[in-house]
Amino acid sequence: MMLEVQAVGKRFVGLQALKGVTFALAEGEILGLIGPNGAGKTTLFNTINGVFRPDTGRIIFRGEDLTGQPPWEAARRGMARTYQVVRPLNELSVLENVIAGACFGRHALSVRKAAVVAAGVLEMLGLSKQTCQPAGSLNVAEKKRLELARGLAARPYLLLLDEVLAGLNPSEISGMVNIILKIRDSGITILMIEHVMQAVMKVSDRLIVLDDGELIAEGRPSEITNNPVVVHAYLGDPRDAERLMAGGRA
Amino acid sequence: MRILISLLDGLLIGFVYGLSSMGLSLIWGVMKVINLSHGAIMALGMFFSYAAISRFHPGLALPAVAVFGMLLGLLIYGVAVHRVISAPHLSSLLATFAVNMIIIGVGTAVFSTSPRNIDYSAGALVLGDIRLPGSRLLAAGASILVTALLYYFLYRTRSGKAIRAVANNRLAAGLMGISPTRSLALSFSIGTGLAALAGGLVATIFPFTILSGSTYEVKSFVICVLGGLGNPLGALLGGLVLGGIEGIVPTFMPVSWVPVLEFGLFILVLVLRPGGLLGEK
Amino acid sequence: MKRWYQVGFWLPVAIMLAWGAAVWAGGEDAAREKAFTLIMFVGLASSLNILLGYTGYVSFGHIVFFGLGGYMGFYLMAVCAWSLPLAALAGGVVSALIAGLLGLAVLRLRGAYFALATIGINEAARSFVSNFEPFGGSTGLSLNFSVYQQYGGAGKALWLTFALMVAVTASAILVSAMIKNSRFGLGLLAIREDEDAAMVMGVRTPRAKTIAYMASAFFPGVIGTLYFFKNGNVEPGDAFQLHMSIELLVMVMLGGQGTVLGPLLGAVTYQGMRGYMLTSPLFKDLHLAVAGAVLLLIVLFVPAGLVGWLRGYFPKLRRALE
Repeated sequence: MMLEVQAVGKRFVGLQALKGVTFALAEGEILGLIGPNGAGKTTLFNTINGVFRPDTGRIIFRGEDLTGQPPWEAARRGMARTYQVVRPLNELSVLENVIAGACFGRHALSVRKAAVVAAGVLEMLGLSKQTCQPAGSLNVAEKKRLELARGLAARPYLLLLDEVLAGLNPSEISGMVNIILKIRDSGITILMIEHVMQAVMKVSDRLIVLDDGELIAEGRPSEITNNPVVVHAYLGDPRDAERLMAGGRA
Repeated sequence: MRILISLLDGLLIGFVYGLSSMGLSLIWGVMKVINLSHGAIMALGMFFSYAAISRFHPGLALPAVAVFGMLLGLLIYGVAVHRVISAPHLSSLLATFAVNMIIIGVGTAVFSTSPRNIDYSAGALVLGDIRLPGSRLLAAGASILVTALLYYFLYRTRSGKAIRAVANNRLAAGLMGISPTRSLALSFSIGTGLAALAGGLVATIFPFTILSGSTYEVKSFVICVLGGLGNPLGALLGGLVLGGIEGIVPTFMPVSWVPVLEFGLFILVLVLRPGGLLGEK
Repeated sequence: MKRWYQVGFWLPVAIMLAWGAAVWAGGEDAAREKAFTLIMFVGLASSLNILLGYTGYVSFGHIVFFGLGGYMGFYLMAVCAWSLPLAALAGGVVSALIAGLLGLAVLRLRGAYFALATIGINEAARSFVSNFEPFGGSTGLSLNFSVYQQYGGAGKALWLTFALMVAVTASAILVSAMIKNSRFGLGLLAIREDEDAAMVMGVRTPRAKTIAYMASAFFPGVIGTLYFFKNGNVEPGDAFQLHMSIELLVMVMLGGQGTVLGPLLGAVTYQGMRGYMLTSPLFKDLHLAVAGAVLLLIVLFVPAGLVGWLRGYFPKLRRALE
């Protein structure tokens, strides 16, 4: 098992953000994490990654208990993560950003070796022409690819993608989807939060659905789309819709 | 008994400390800028009140000091702060510090460093063995009055509510039709007006030079952190705490240890409860 | 990332050593005095840059390490009869250790809170030392003139101090260059740009910040000891001047924060300006105001400082201007 999340709970003042979430991720899988806004998906990432310490439960990464360890421990063991709202190191160049990713990832590379890795990753993601530009000067799509490049340069076993497709136009989305598949084919396991439904359905081997902090469904994309609990979570009670259309009140 | 007198003395001054920190706290709370020219503005307030009180009745002179401070604040905001309001903190810290240097530099050239003193006596209130100087009582009273006015302004007037909205979420406030620049400039100038006024009050109690402001500025930092940056009531309370310490400690320790305690407390609060004893607002 | 043989790397160090050698060869006292002060500020500014420019932590009270290290070194010479080089080294080490301890508490603070804390630390140190009898309380400590005989007389002692100052500053610049081009330095720059992202990337941020803080405190400690040795005495008012601390900040910003050459250019330019103004009848009383105006202009319009401006104007020289 690449990752085991066991009964993880997290409370913020006045809000139980995660309630006993349990699931497992096998090596080489692409697992999609979906759910309505505010369901706690990013919070879940933050507990897996070490940014938050879960109140209850455990995070087991490749057999090792990482619960509550600071984020750099996860990074050093081979877990990389991208952010929903990208966080490039603005004043540093594109190349330096990716070198940083390589230096502090799974292998503690020297700057010279990291530069070689970085150049390769940037080529794969089509950013070779921008290597000397400051990261802050890229456009949104390029910044997303940079964020991804930085994560890949760390040579992770597991890549956590937080809405990597958000803000992209359809052609950019299909380009990114191809990249994600290539990443999986190179042996990296992926856990991705997504709202772009057709993409995540196409790409994922399995899906898990989070609503209001709880895991409400798990299974293959075809099973999930027809699951009434899932539909209810996103769209509300289907019977309300029928009643409204019949001219009554919900 | 001696301790009680010292304590009361300290508390009275504490009100003025609180007033002086309120301006700093307000500016921080609304725009996340630490006004490093705070002390210099207080010093200018001291000089202004020195000039004004010798000519006019204090009841007229002190509001004039406040207005002077506010106008100065508008100028400083327009020239130095506006451009860096959304830049990283370092920029606004340095910008306001630069203003500080300019004011002190020009002030030293114009006023020299010889101390001035306002010849002002308001008698004293005598309660049995306790003698409370009138000037201190009036200063404390003025501070309390101004605090009340500030609260009324912030919570009961439209401009005040606009300021609170901008402090809460600048972007959203702008989208709601509130001009952020207007509110930011207004709150900055209120902050400087409070500083100048506090300086003016201090001048009625102690002698001063152009450099006196810096001691109060550092005290204001301590007070703001104690009371929670952005929390004007916290500033008043923090001022009382500091004033109280300054009043009591010299009765059983050499006076020179007071700064050590003050800064020790400062660092302790910063590290343990950065939100201040009352929490930020 | 520059290698040690590339121009951008060794140029600043070379400038410092050449300058020192020129003054030494010239043998003139006046030139030495002027150079001493300038080189001192270059060293102080370079060390502040490690914390401010690379890690992004704004310290307003950095002078506290100059004071504490200087006091420690001075004490060792005046009371324990240590030799200057050893005492200076000890001053640096003590400063670094204090920084390590303080860091545990204050490096957790961010942005403006950290800046305020550094002011508090400086003021606390000053008040504490004023009350601390072994360090002479509010009157401070003095060196018995006979101490200078150890070094062959006052004249020779002053030249020795100068040589040591050049060595320390050159080391500070060298360390600064080494950090900037290392993996460690990249971690610091990542912290500066986005501390949370740096953590997630795998940078051990508490450790990195502490090392940077300690490195930035070491050199001022050594420099302080040298300065007070030359002065012959040390007192709280001289050792913890908040004013001096802020001037260091101006120098780093003026020259270009986060660069190796910046603190050097900034210190020289600022001191040059200051020297000019103090002697000019027009500006004599206004030098502080003018410095303030200059700082304001830089912050508002040229935040990358002199080095940034030069790199913009002379793109061919970019490789050298690091």
